[in-house]
Amino acid sequence: MDPHVSDPSAPLKGGPSKKTEKKLAKEARHQVVSFVFMIFLTSVAFLTVASDTIPNRFAIPFILLIAVVQVLMQLYYFMHLNDRGNGWNNIMLWTGIFVAIMTVPTLMLLIGVIKF
Amino acid sequence: MSQAYAKKSVLWDWLTTVDHKKIGILYLAAGGFFFALGGLEAMLMRIQLMFPELGFVSEQTFNELLTMHGTTMIFLAAMPLLFGFMNYIVPLQIGARDVAFPFLNSLGFWLFFFGGVLLNLSWFLGGAPDAGWTAYTPLSSAYSGTGIDYYVLGLQISGIGTLIAGINFLVTIINMRAPGMSMMRMPLFTWSSFVASALILFAFPALTVGLLLLMFERLFGATYFAVEMGGNVVIWQHLFWIFGHPEVYILILPAFGIFSEVLATFSKKRLFGYSAMVFATLIIGFLGFMVWAHHMFTVGIGPVANAIFAVATMAIAVPTGIKIFNWLFTMWGGRIQFTTANLFAIGFIPSFVMGGVTGIMLATSAANYQFHDTYFVVAHFHYVIIGGVVLGLFSGAFYWWPRMFGYKLNETLGKWFFWLFLFGFHLTFFVQHFVGLMGMPRRVASYLPGQGLDSLNLISTVGAFFMAFAFILFAVNVVVSVKNKSEADPWDGRTLEWGIPSPTPEYNFAQTPLVRELDPLWYEKMHGNGKLKAAEPLDDIHMPNGSILPIIMSFGLFVAAFGLIYLVHPVTIIGLLITLVCMFVRSIKEDHGYHIHKEDIQNEEGAG
Amino acid sequence: MAQAEEVKHDQALPPYPEKATLEGKNKFLGFWFFLGGETVLFASLFGTYLGLRNGVADGPTSQELFHLDLVFYMTMILLTSSLTSVFAIINMKKGNYKGLLGWMWATVALGVAFLSFEIYEFWDYTVNYGLGFSTSAFASSFYTLVGTHGAHVLFGVLWISTLLIRYAKTGLTLTNAPKFYTASLYWHFIDVVWVFIFTVVYLMGV
Repeated sequence: MDPHVSDPSAPLKGGPSKKTEKKLAKEARHQVVSFVFMIFLTSVAFLTVASDTIPNRFAIPFILLIAVVQVLMQLYYFMHLNDRGNGWNNIMLWTGIFVAIMTVPTLMLLIGVIKF
Repeated sequence: MSQAYAKKSVLWDWLTTVDHKKIGILYLAAGGFFFALGGLEAMLMRIQLMFPELGFVSEQTFNELLTMHGTTMIFLAAMPLLFGFMNYIVPLQIGARDVAFPFLNSLGFWLFFFGGVLLNLSWFLGGAPDAGWTAYTPLSSAYSGTGIDYYVLGLQISGIGTLIAGINFLVTIINMRAPGMSMMRMPLFTWSSFVASALILFAFPALTVGLLLLMFERLFGATYFAVEMGGNVVIWQHLFWIFGHPEVYILILPAFGIFSEVLATFSKKRLFGYSAMVFATLIIGFLGFMVWAHHMFTVGIGPVANAIFAVATMAIAVPTGIKIFNWLFTMWGGRIQFTTANLFAIGFIPSFVMGGVTGIMLATSAANYQFHDTYFVVAHFHYVIIGGVVLGLFSGAFYWWPRMFGYKLNETLGKWFFWLFLFGFHLTFFVQHFVGLMGMPRRVASYLPGQGLDSLNLISTVGAFFMAFAFILFAVNVVVSVKNKSEADPWDGRTLEWGIPSPTPEYNFAQTPLVRELDPLWYEKMHGNGKLKAAEPLDDIHMPNGSILPIIMSFGLFVAAFGLIYLVHPVTIIGLLITLVCMFVRSIKEDHGYHIHKEDIQNEEGAG
Repeated sequence: MAQAEEVKHDQALPPYPEKATLEGKNKFLGFWFFLGGETVLFASLFGTYLGLRNGVADGPTSQELFHLDLVFYMTMILLTSSLTSVFAIINMKKGNYKGLLGWMWATVALGVAFLSFEIYEFWDYTVNYGLGFSTSAFASSFYTLVGTHGAHVLFGVLWISTLLIRYAKTGLTLTNAPKFYTASLYWHFIDVVWVFIFTVVYLMGV
């Protein structure tokens, strides 16, 4: 095999194909929109807590929901989890999240302070 | 042999190797050493318990022995020995030339090794850890000596190595399979290694955090476990068992994989219910994460929580039962050869089932109050770990020895070894069920005479001597069989690892094989010419370069650990700097490896 | 085996330069799995914090400590740094190497700004409020959770700076593309963790 063809340290030249360029432009638009939306959601969460009129009973589930939405946007728009060929990444990340969902309430609740 | 390698000295070659086969052998050697050490600790404990109120070792020494026996056997013996087989065999079984991250593979080994050395140095530097392998707080956080610091940092370092190894196996199995080797054509050992690696990935971070907290608590005055400061001691137990329960599946699943390979090969039959076996492995892995609190039934987390975890625990018996029946059906109607490897596999089935039955008994949370912390528990987990994991390791050793070392272990000695070991094992642990039911607590250095415990304990110790003697026979076997050269495929194997020359070339496969069926080699024997079909023309083979960095990186952490244990901050900083500089060098230095030329491969394959 | 996946250099830029070689694919996959493990690591820390957050002993409580304005600034900084690292990757895929470097440097700068705020915050709590590491179980678990996140930010800053200096003049290659890509994934993950920290620790603690 000719070693020059396969030098992984050689700079890549040229630009993306037309199709990729289009896709990238669309992606960038989505990312800016989701960024604005994330800023908005964050502000809503802070305002919910800052205002004294909203009771905690509503505020806590609400800000948790906002956090989940934000994280999903990060994972799928910024980290491209929904791209093709990401099946295994999804499986392992969601398994991690599953274990996390078991772990957090356990450490919070099942520590002998209140018996369930 | 390539020119680049021929020049180096043998020692340098082994220290810098990134070859998965050599790293596998390193794992086996280090794991074997720690196994012998853990066995020695067990023998000392059994001698102490031979007669009531015997003063063979002091109470403190006994505590240290029981802690180090458990810790060594789980972290430094069983897991590394399995990693040895996984490292050597999995790439061969999927038709790969190496693992996905050869450098990280080597780093994983050296981290484990230095962690293990650190832990065992505690014997000479102020006493070994003495709070049990579970190191429950506040005993470990407030009432134990420096030994626990060695425990925390030793396990932290070797735990990072394990996590790295786990990710490496996952990526290897997903990305490096030969053409045609779909997930559902992978041998069961590869499948179970895959699931075990996934368990490592999700279980070890909990241990990392637990150890981190314990380290901060002991060395830097944190107060997570100090109740008077608002802390809570149960948090440690949860973190430990969120890791600890998957850990036992990390151990048993690869052993299940070994049995599946061995039973199919020596029954001359395809594994019965392959897809059910894969599915059962996945289910066991999944359920393994939902049951950890069954170790904590008596802590007082509440009846509803206990009930949920009890039911989840019992559910694991279902996929395990599926596996047991599939193994039996694999043998059913087969032409069974009673080789030593197969004897271990057959001996495993009833032994493990007994451990499973006591498992169900222990899972009954109400009854658990009676069994908890007695020898009944000791009997149970030795039945699953020796009856499952250790028998699996020996089975795998006899099965893969010709592939790994080029010679066959002596069968006559092997059979003696098997029968003595199996007999000794049941003699040691069967009676412990009854000792436990009579109320003898575990982890206590002695017992009083005249309570009906004397003769059963003596029997147990006699059994332990049988096991020790059997293990010596194995060691003898390893030495005396060296001249017993083996052909490449001594067992008439079914999977890819038997289709290549012996000794295994460093590039594994001259041409990547084409996989056409489950049990690809057997398929070629039945439907082809008995040789693996190539998926590519013969060409230059790309190989990674060896590196000394992993060993220096691990040594840096080893140094830093001493700095932390004795709170000498300059030493900690120097140690961490060593590691960070190595990481930096690794990051900025591009190393694209080298090529083995087509002509050299042709020569070697022709000669072999 | 890397060569089997080789891309010819005279052709257009590969659409996924980070996954164009087998090494790149392995890195990409392995790094995602690592993040799956990190999820459990942070979950354990979150759980510990939530279990202990009322264990304040004689020390200050979270209500006495937390200022929403500071946390809001920190959140905005980290969110923005997530966007800059996304721009960096878009530029990488467009073949605009200068753009990649520029946006990555912006990410590093925002990371440093975030860290400065965090150091100020910890200093403030320690000196002005008397919340030492050993003051209470709440204090220990708070510093451990937020500090572990901060340590991740610090590592990210060092890592990305190393890459930026090392590859300042090489142009995009098949070797460094996966490195930049995984670094950006890491950075997003840090942001994901922070989203839960500001929600669960700060907003629920005020």
